[in-house]
Amino acid sequence: MRPPQTMLDKLWAAHEVTRREDGVSLLWVDRHLVHEGSHHAFAKISERDLPVAEPGLTFAVVDHYAPTRNRSKIDAPQIARMIDTLRDNAAAHGLRLYDLDDPRQGIVHVVGPEEGLTLPGLLINCGDSHTSTHGAFGTLAFGIGATEVAHVLATQTVWQRKPRSMRISVEGTLGAGVTAKDIALGWIARLGTDGAQGHAVEYAGSAIRGLSMEGRMTLCNLSIEGGARFGMVAPDETTLAYLKGRRFAPKGAEWQAACVSWASLASDAGARFDREVTLDASEISPTVTWGTSPEQALPIRTPIPDPASLPPHKAEAARAALEYMGLKTGDMLEGTPVDQVFIGSCTNGRIEDLRAAAAVLKGRKARVPGLISPGSARVKAQAEAEGLDRIFIEAGLDWVASGCSMCVGMNGDLVGEGKRCASSTNRNFKGRQGRGARTHLMSPAMVAAAAVTGELTDVRPLLVGRVT
Amino acid sequence: MAGWHTHQGQAICLPVANVDTDQLIPARFMSVSRADGYGDYLLYDMRRDATGALRADFPLNAHPGASVILAGRNFGSGSSREAAVYALVDAGIRAVIAPSFGDIFAANAVNNGLLPAKVDDEGYAAVEAAVAKDPQSITIDLDARRLTIDAATIHFTIDDSWALKLKNGWDDIDLTRNYCEAIAAFKVNRSQTATWAWPAEVE
Repeated sequence: MRPPQTMLDKLWAAHEVTRREDGVSLLWVDRHLVHEGSHHAFAKISERDLPVAEPGLTFAVVDHYAPTRNRSKIDAPQIARMIDTLRDNAAAHGLRLYDLDDPRQGIVHVVGPEEGLTLPGLLINCGDSHTSTHGAFGTLAFGIGATEVAHVLATQTVWQRKPRSMRISVEGTLGAGVTAKDIALGWIARLGTDGAQGHAVEYAGSAIRGLSMEGRMTLCNLSIEGGARFGMVAPDETTLAYLKGRRFAPKGAEWQAACVSWASLASDAGARFDREVTLDASEISPTVTWGTSPEQALPIRTPIPDPASLPPHKAEAARAALEYMGLKTGDMLEGTPVDQVFIGSCTNGRIEDLRAAAAVLKGRKARVPGLISPGSARVKAQAEAEGLDRIFIEAGLDWVASGCSMCVGMNGDLVGEGKRCASSTNRNFKGRQGRGARTHLMSPAMVAAAAVTGELTDVRPLLVGRVT
Repeated sequence: MAGWHTHQGQAICLPVANVDTDQLIPARFMSVSRADGYGDYLLYDMRRDATGALRADFPLNAHPGASVILAGRNFGSGSSREAAVYALVDAGIRAVIAPSFGDIFAANAVNNGLLPAKVDDEGYAAVEAAVAKDPQSITIDLDARRLTIDAATIHFTIDDSWALKLKNGWDDIDLTRNYCEAIAAFKVNRSQTATWAWPAEVE
């Protein structure tokens, strides 16, 4: 009898064209997503005069440099040039392009699932580390660099050594105001930003089953912040309900055939993982980062740590982080004043994220300025249909178009030097949101709470008596 | 890309953990064409003070001829931007020695001839002891997976297939040409056994 297999084993085997003697596999790529940053890769294939092998499986999205205001006339020439280069490459190779004026444009990791391009059982590559997002559907999805992007463009395959397997099981029920973001920051704080290096993480357990697709995407998205290039969740009824009827998803008999195939993707009972970690959902609280690495995160009602109390290999980094962040050991995280807020990104820019933020902001005023950039034009339209935009605008926040925006600042949406931003994004690296910017990562509801009070705040009391 | 077996150069110490890709090259420089060179952007903000002037005490500023960097754990964590590797390579860096590397960064490094040499705690301490104060001459032997610095010999690890690639200067697109038939056969099989894996026709 065949030994029990993990979902990783099954996905890997289904895409393996060949395996070299040294153990490295050549994998077939079902979907390749490209964006403005893929310009190096296009340059590499044009140097060699190579065509795109599978234009029908390659999709181009304007997101990293997408202006969130005044899109019809881009002032900064280097931003206009990046977008024009993608347009030129998409046209030259016959690729479907989601351009700025497309009602389906958005951040690549939001658009893929929305369009039904992301499906269980597929292998998806993109020249972006948050490609792990798509793993939420039971997809083998991982970020690659420019040389690999060029290789996928030219061959529709990618060389890769199979990672080790790791299962993070979260059992129990999350408390009110506790989200997938808090699960992610919680495990990364515990295991470190290199905690899952070399591994593909499968998330399992009752708390994961209870998450919406949006929540699962947030969780898988942040896998890379814990060092894992891959994150995944087995497909189930929640997955199918999300995908059915999506534009590029299979229809009719194809849908039925796909569902049969997807039903066997989950890890077999008794499958062995190289590493197992179990978390108790009831012990997870709203979490914020205090430093310059996603592992420097703590529950909101915790004092800022003393570097001397940390393990020696983390102490020096903590000292440097506190200095950069302008924080003092022993002060409570809660109550730290912020200068501005941001809600958006491939991590937390989906409709459910905006609803969670609106539930906090409804009828309240923000005490600090802030930007809300929906993850896609479709999320924007949906939010407007639900009246969420009114809630944000009445609170005093800016409601703008979709793109990577202030998560990475390439489009000019930046946090000023020394300014402190409560942010629903994925990286609190030094300078990530702008030179000298101080980023605190947290869930969208927690960002909304920070907007209302003007300081890092436990969202839970603000949710009492509200429908969330 | 030219392969290499040994390298002799000057090693400097950057004893910081989690030197992420956003520090290696801030996003604002990433629209530059590769032909223009990325070397000037390497660790752009880290090597400058608040006024924007180059910090004299920063090892890369003091020793611009260095070709090997010793760094703390989780070097290159974060984004998939290959520009982080371009910045290192264009600044003349041939190897980074660290206890661990971001997975995507390490793959990108090898694709550009840059060695991500992994050392254990003992190896790290030995290299650090040698280079902590002043840059030192170092010899890297890729065949033997060995660093020689001062009087010390330190072993490093790297995936076998990556070492082979560095030594031969192989380019994956060239290598994959040998598998054209297997890829074509795989595609035919998948298109018959998993028709749903192709995007549905849309109007």
